[in-house]
Amino acid sequence: MYNKAYMVPNPMTPNQAIFISPEFCNGCNTCVDVCRSDVLVPNPEKGKPPIVMYPDECWFGGCCVAHCPVPGAIRMEHPLNQRAGWKRKETGEYFRVGMKNPPPPNTRPPVG
Amino acid sequence: MTESKYTQSTEWPYPVNYGKENEDVADVLILGGGIAGCHAAITAAKRGAKVIVVDKGAVIRSGLGGTGVDHWHLACTNPCSKITPEEMVGLLKKFGDYFYLEFGNGITCYITCKESYDALLDCEKTGVKVRDVDDEFAGASFRDEKTKLMFAYDYENKYCIRVNGGANIKVALYNELKRLGAKIYDHVMATSLLTEGGKQGARVVGATGVNARTGEFYIFKAKSTLLSMGAPAGLWIFSTELAGATLFQEPNLTGEGTAMAWQAGAELTMLERSSAMIASGGFSYPMYGTGNAHNTWYACTIVDADGKEVPWVDRDGKILKTVSERYRPAPGQKTFVYGRMSPSYELWGPTIIPDLPERIMKGEFKLPLYADLPGMPEHERRAIWGLMVGNEGRTRIPIYDRYTKAGFDPDKDMLQANIMPPEQYGFGAWWGAYGPRQWRTGGFAAGGGLAFDWDLKTSLEGLYVAGMTTYAGGDHSVAACSGRYAARKAVKYAQTAQEPVIERKQVDKEKARVYAPVTQKDGVGWKELRAGLCRIMQDYCGEYKSEETLKTGLGWFNSIRESEAATAYARNPHELERTLECLTHITVGEIIMHASLARKASSLPLEFKRLDYPEMDPPEWNKFVTIRLENGDVKVGELPFNYWLLPPNAPKYEENYQKHCDL
Repeated sequence: MYNKAYMVPNPMTPNQAIFISPEFCNGCNTCVDVCRSDVLVPNPEKGKPPIVMYPDECWFGGCCVAHCPVPGAIRMEHPLNQRAGWKRKETGEYFRVGMKNPPPPNTRPPVG
Repeated sequence: MTESKYTQSTEWPYPVNYGKENEDVADVLILGGGIAGCHAAITAAKRGAKVIVVDKGAVIRSGLGGTGVDHWHLACTNPCSKITPEEMVGLLKKFGDYFYLEFGNGITCYITCKESYDALLDCEKTGVKVRDVDDEFAGASFRDEKTKLMFAYDYENKYCIRVNGGANIKVALYNELKRLGAKIYDHVMATSLLTEGGKQGARVVGATGVNARTGEFYIFKAKSTLLSMGAPAGLWIFSTELAGATLFQEPNLTGEGTAMAWQAGAELTMLERSSAMIASGGFSYPMYGTGNAHNTWYACTIVDADGKEVPWVDRDGKILKTVSERYRPAPGQKTFVYGRMSPSYELWGPTIIPDLPERIMKGEFKLPLYADLPGMPEHERRAIWGLMVGNEGRTRIPIYDRYTKAGFDPDKDMLQANIMPPEQYGFGAWWGAYGPRQWRTGGFAAGGGLAFDWDLKTSLEGLYVAGMTTYAGGDHSVAACSGRYAARKAVKYAQTAQEPVIERKQVDKEKARVYAPVTQKDGVGWKELRAGLCRIMQDYCGEYKSEETLKTGLGWFNSIRESEAATAYARNPHELERTLECLTHITVGEIIMHASLARKASSLPLEFKRLDYPEMDPPEWNKFVTIRLENGDVKVGELPFNYWLLPPNAPKYEENYQKHCDL
């Protein structure tokens, strides 16, 4: 337990939209430039991950993810109130986007 | 979260230079670099014109079609199509579908029927994968073995092409633009049109803009200008809890193109059309992201909670026993528009039983419903999940990649449909769940915009229009085709046009308007303003309208314009852009209210209800009502349906097309 707290404003939106991993991000700002809505701004410190400044304006198109040169550096998540579920036909098991311990992914790529 | 660290004290990361002027000159100025704008710019550049493209976002991905496309409509001239452009436009105009109702426009419809396939071939030349070159679908009934083209919906008539690599189509267009040397201004929001002598109704000679990163000002001077900026949207709803993922159009789309054309004196039409349409915001799910059997997911088997299959029927209600029948016209039918989107029996396509809502109410089918991909034949399953969901706009990353990472497997899993009141399962795009009736949406596909002629020229000299900025703009292929066509006309005009002259006073006035928010400190922020303006639309321009509510609403807008909006503040160039969008919101709201006042009759196809004129579609109102500003006064006019086939135009589509197309 870490007994230190701060006075901070509430998050401006319940939706975080984009997550950038400081471990993988090389600070190239490609995502900043391809974003259609200027959700991201460059970090004032060069080479550091961009800042998700306006997540409340995200359209969830995923362009930032599509153009990121480093796999795993950025991911887009639908807000919790936007997540879908599905049922496995054979077993009847129920899964959803965001669940703990999801089933392993089908590795077949999309067409095109 | 990073916001607490950065919002208050960190300096804006871009150099700020409010008011600093940048000037540039073009033969053809293209405002809006989406699908229509990119095709227009490529066409104009290939014809030797000096081209400038201005976009609020980043052209590499901007526009409604910027994140992909899965099907290419109205490709009637492809070698496999069994429907000619003449036949297609005849069917659509006579029987209508959701793009081309009585209130549609025959001009861009016919242009698309003629040029859609050529536009796709041009995309292919720029590197977009269109065909099944890897033979992944060899033997599929929707694939032509010779051309390797793949088709959607009507496998018999083959006029709609599945785009194998549509997810990256915008990147290819962008690269082609760069190769051709078009000048691209990303992150610059166009704010006004400049006219000869600064006069309303005069020739358009350029535009102004402001940079959303630096706050710098732009003056673009051009012989001809092409508007391709999207339709007004997001005017009734503003919620940071519900917006974003739930909106069909971008949250930041307010209709600058429509607003600036109005201010310049251009004639607009059909802005009174609005509806509590699918994906009108707030309650929808990510596009194509829950179980359904519509467009991208056509014609997926649907099962109920017990695994019981929901039957498909043809237009006559005959149960379709096989999956392949869902992709064929009924006996004796020429072709269809999928589902029952057409108001006419003639174009009704195969659909899941239309009385599904009643059957759910009676307990015959139990919620939740599921899209049974594993139950589909392999080619169709792969077409829906890999080819369509893999390439449609806002699906490759948000749906295909995200769901796959989360473990969704099309070979094993059935995607759940969102739970709604039973009556809402009557329409197929279930993810689009309807919003409250007061929450209207404007724009998509069949909404209002600029009026135009066979040259895609507006009522203003030097101003051309394409894509969603036209009234009744269509989808991806309509945007592409109207962009190409309008650019040819804009280039031709520019070749003989006089040098444009900018009126300095008009620029100064616009600069004062644009930068007012950065001088304010204690007024309202853009979010409060935007939400307040939405409330005006909900209250005074919602589902039911009347002379009194509309006039009261106009009074509210006028009052807010001189009070709260005049004190709205912007603390950086980004907020400036959003605040200017609020001012656009007021203008477009006023336009819609004026358009609504001008139509003194209710109308079913326009989803337009006047409490004081309740009769639906009285014959004398079967026409386009137009509005424009003249010396600041609203002038109401009209255009007959089919004006494009009436004098001075020729009586046949093909004749008009040949006379105007410039090919």
